[in-house]
Amino acid sequence: MTAVTPPTPGAAAAAPEPVTPAAVRAVTTATPEPVRAKAPDTAGPFKVGASRPAERPARALRPAVLGLPLRPRLVVMCVITALAAFGVFCLGLALGDYPVPLADVVPALWRSGARGTVFIVHEVRLPRALTGVLVGAAFAASGAVLQAITRNPLASPDMVGINAGATTAVVAGIVLGFGDTLGTPTLGLAGGLLGALAVYLLAWRRGSTGFRIVLVGIGVSWMCTSATDYLLTRAKMHQAQEAVGWLVGNLNGRGWEAVRPLGIAVAVLLPAALLLAGWNRNLQLGDDVARGLGTPVQLARGLLLLVSVALVSFATAAAGPVLFVSLAAPQIAQRLARLSAPPVLLSALTGTLLVSGSDLLARHLLPDVDLPVGVVTGAIGAGFLLRLLIRSNRAGSGG
Amino acid sequence: MTPVPPPPARLRHAAAYLPAAAVLLAVLCLLSLAFGSRAVPIAQVADALFDRAGADPQIEAIVWNVRMPRTAAGLLVGAALGLAGALMQGLTRNPLADPGLLGVSAGASFAIVLAVAAFGASTAPTNLIWYAFAGALAGAVSVHLLGGLGRGGATPVKTALAGIAVTFLLGSFTSALVLRSPLALDRFRFWAAGSLTSADAATLWQVTPLLAAAAVLALATAPALNSLALGEDVAVALGRRVGLIRLRATLAITVLAGTAVAVAGPIVFIGLVTPHLARMVTGPDHRRILALTLLGAPSLLIAADVLGRVVARPEEIQAGIVVAFLGGPFFIALARRRRLAEM
Amino acid sequence: MTAIRAEGLTLAYDDRTVVSDLDLQIPPGRVTVVVGANACGKSTLLRALARLMRPVHGAVLLDGRAIHSLPTRQVARQVGILPQAPVAPEGISVLDLVGRGRSPHQTWWRQWSTADEQAVAAALAATGMTDLAHRPVDELSGGQRQRAWIAMAVAQQTPVLLLDEPTTYLDLAHQVDVLDLVTDLNRRDGRTVVMVLHDLNQACRYADHLVVMRDGRIAAEGDPAAVVTAELVTEVFGLDCRVVPDPVTATPMVIPLSRHHPARAVTA
Repeated sequence: MTAVTPPTPGAAAAAPEPVTPAAVRAVTTATPEPVRAKAPDTAGPFKVGASRPAERPARALRPAVLGLPLRPRLVVMCVITALAAFGVFCLGLALGDYPVPLADVVPALWRSGARGTVFIVHEVRLPRALTGVLVGAAFAASGAVLQAITRNPLASPDMVGINAGATTAVVAGIVLGFGDTLGTPTLGLAGGLLGALAVYLLAWRRGSTGFRIVLVGIGVSWMCTSATDYLLTRAKMHQAQEAVGWLVGNLNGRGWEAVRPLGIAVAVLLPAALLLAGWNRNLQLGDDVARGLGTPVQLARGLLLLVSVALVSFATAAAGPVLFVSLAAPQIAQRLARLSAPPVLLSALTGTLLVSGSDLLARHLLPDVDLPVGVVTGAIGAGFLLRLLIRSNRAGSGG
Repeated sequence: MTPVPPPPARLRHAAAYLPAAAVLLAVLCLLSLAFGSRAVPIAQVADALFDRAGADPQIEAIVWNVRMPRTAAGLLVGAALGLAGALMQGLTRNPLADPGLLGVSAGASFAIVLAVAAFGASTAPTNLIWYAFAGALAGAVSVHLLGGLGRGGATPVKTALAGIAVTFLLGSFTSALVLRSPLALDRFRFWAAGSLTSADAATLWQVTPLLAAAAVLALATAPALNSLALGEDVAVALGRRVGLIRLRATLAITVLAGTAVAVAGPIVFIGLVTPHLARMVTGPDHRRILALTLLGAPSLLIAADVLGRVVARPEEIQAGIVVAFLGGPFFIALARRRRLAEM
Repeated sequence: MTAIRAEGLTLAYDDRTVVSDLDLQIPPGRVTVVVGANACGKSTLLRALARLMRPVHGAVLLDGRAIHSLPTRQVARQVGILPQAPVAPEGISVLDLVGRGRSPHQTWWRQWSTADEQAVAAALAATGMTDLAHRPVDELSGGQRQRAWIAMAVAQQTPVLLLDEPTTYLDLAHQVDVLDLVTDLNRRDGRTVVMVLHDLNQACRYADHLVVMRDGRIAAEGDPAAVVTAELVTEVFGLDCRVVPDPVTATPMVIPLSRHHPARAVTA
């Protein structure tokens, strides 16, 4: 169980402030003069009122472009990540038992080229590669939203009951035998949504708070995990193997039937997450400030949670709970863009790159072994966290 | 001078809770000996227990070789988990700190899976405990080392981050191994459920001195934790050596949690919640919290174990599963209460 | 001019009533300061004025309409609130924090405009934070941090500004500095300001209208010079004192008496 309270900002020592003359008012005047009669005093430490905005032309701090604030770094990072993800995606389509030249991959996507090449790229490898792209984007975007709502950089969807619910439903389907009729994706989706709904409803007590959601999530996870463990001890060996294979997170053998529902979900939910980003930014300032800024706090949190949950549920249904992507991809994106909260779009692109790259490694790291992608993302994730740890230590900010 | 008014009732009666908790624990131990998946009349249990003439040898075997070690395991594991949790929360001042964060479970899991995958079926279940113990210690030590990297030494946040990283890494390896080795999966899935039946009497005797030493260390740290609860700076002002306290507590936590996980597998709830329950009764004094946890935590675990034997007769449900399944709703109810939600 | 008024206001946390049956008219375009002993309900009242708290009875009226029945965005364009000791997200820059004050003026299709940029630049200039715009908030000193938050509220460009103890944790120079800044916002832009303050003397200096609260009710209100008397302070704060004119502003100044420092001589 990984529940950690976020580091307190108070721990960071305040930087020394520019030396300012103390605001010493002349108390020597013999007759007390009401301050209201005076013009704005220019002797304050920060020269309050000395520079009137009208007199001093506003510097171009952050120009608006197409109704959005211009953040050059964010744009550049998005482009770079997208290009890298596309490169890895093509590489994944090219490599395999029947290598396809990279130059033929892109045309084959539009079904042009030799028939064999088109078949390999389009029918055999494309569904798996697309699943990887979509799963990565969905997990990462979901994590970005969640980390911002809970104001906790270590929040990930397994805290709010999604993974636990999905896992229990799928394992129950496999072990109790109703999985074949309902289908693993359906079970994963239903279980994930039910788990999250249970957490949200149980955490509701005259409104919800991010912290209570995390606490209730822990309790629900315990119950679901123990149910899963129990089912596993009851399972036949081959069932247990199938269940564990799914639990790790896997893209092996994913076909178009996995891509379609996930594709539709991402196409709807990712823009929704981007549209809700304004509310999400305000929620980070705390409920009171957010409400003062006109954010309907409970509605906003509910909708954001819904988007996050739906994204991760669809992704889990398609590939199982791929470890760590929803935790780390937003954190990586946030550091790439140097922002105070994970940006949704860049997180999604980072997640795509991470999962596609991990799957490429998983397929080719060991000869003759198709590792589940979750094993690789887990290992990469550990490395990333350790690096973060060491760097934060160097900076002396204590993580 | 005005005399200080007497403390509120809750604190005055705190002393009375310890004997009550001890009696409860004793009763639960007796129940644990008396009830099992096989129904045995109480009279015969008593005969077997006191080795009276005419005791059924079969029942004697059940009571002495099955139920007795199991009850002892419940006592040891429960007390160890509870103490580790209470120490950890006191040390990090994080009410959600759980010994599982230290990487002990991940380390033990990986060690078990590795041992089975490497040495095959010849690995005896009791030996697995020692592999698990080694793995748990290795996991915890690497978490502490990684968390203490660089300037400033180990802070709770860094340690938590290191714990997550180690858990991810070892979890990955464990999954990869389990998928390759059906035998490892088979052993692993029963261990992961959290059961008190894995350890035999001999093994329990071997871990007891270790646990006792760690428990003494834990209890001896309690007064220092009271100072630390006021903040590190205040603790220093009160003449505490914070680094030393941390070292001692960390050592105790590692041994307690590592042994518990090795003996019984990963068991949730006990380490996280019993200290909170104890605190509700005793107030914020760590000496009392630790003492009550020492008695209360094994009570919970043994009660869960007995329940697991009785509800699914003639089958059994592992104690870890019962604990999680009953503890989950309880924890949620606590979380819905204002006080815990604001802690 | 936006008028804000409380009518028969009763506020409670769970079962504990904090403010009961309170009527209050905030004078538009003036600085109103709410004072009172600890736990007298002054912060609660401010939260209710900012619709952060739903009244049990009565209502807060914004231009004659109940604030809780209005869309929260519409309220956010009229009333800005700075809660006590807000916590900024880790690593956020001053510019981004102040920019968030613009969100009531933004829409889904236009999340940033030239007007937003100008408002932010003006708020930064008004609070003297322009040069620190790109610094992370958590690296600032306490006084600078408070100015950044005030800048956020300023960028919101609301005719009414509510501040809950804006001088908490600041040293004396920075307290004066922040209060001067708030006064500027009132004098220059004509904003209605309501703030909760701890320091009675500062309240007397900066308030056009002083509201003294006791046990969830208004004990006295009006011009500080008319309201603040030794009897009132004794009644409300349980403190024996002498009230003299402030040598600088001529507003009332409360000099506490204590067991070790009883009144020695009576001088006018």
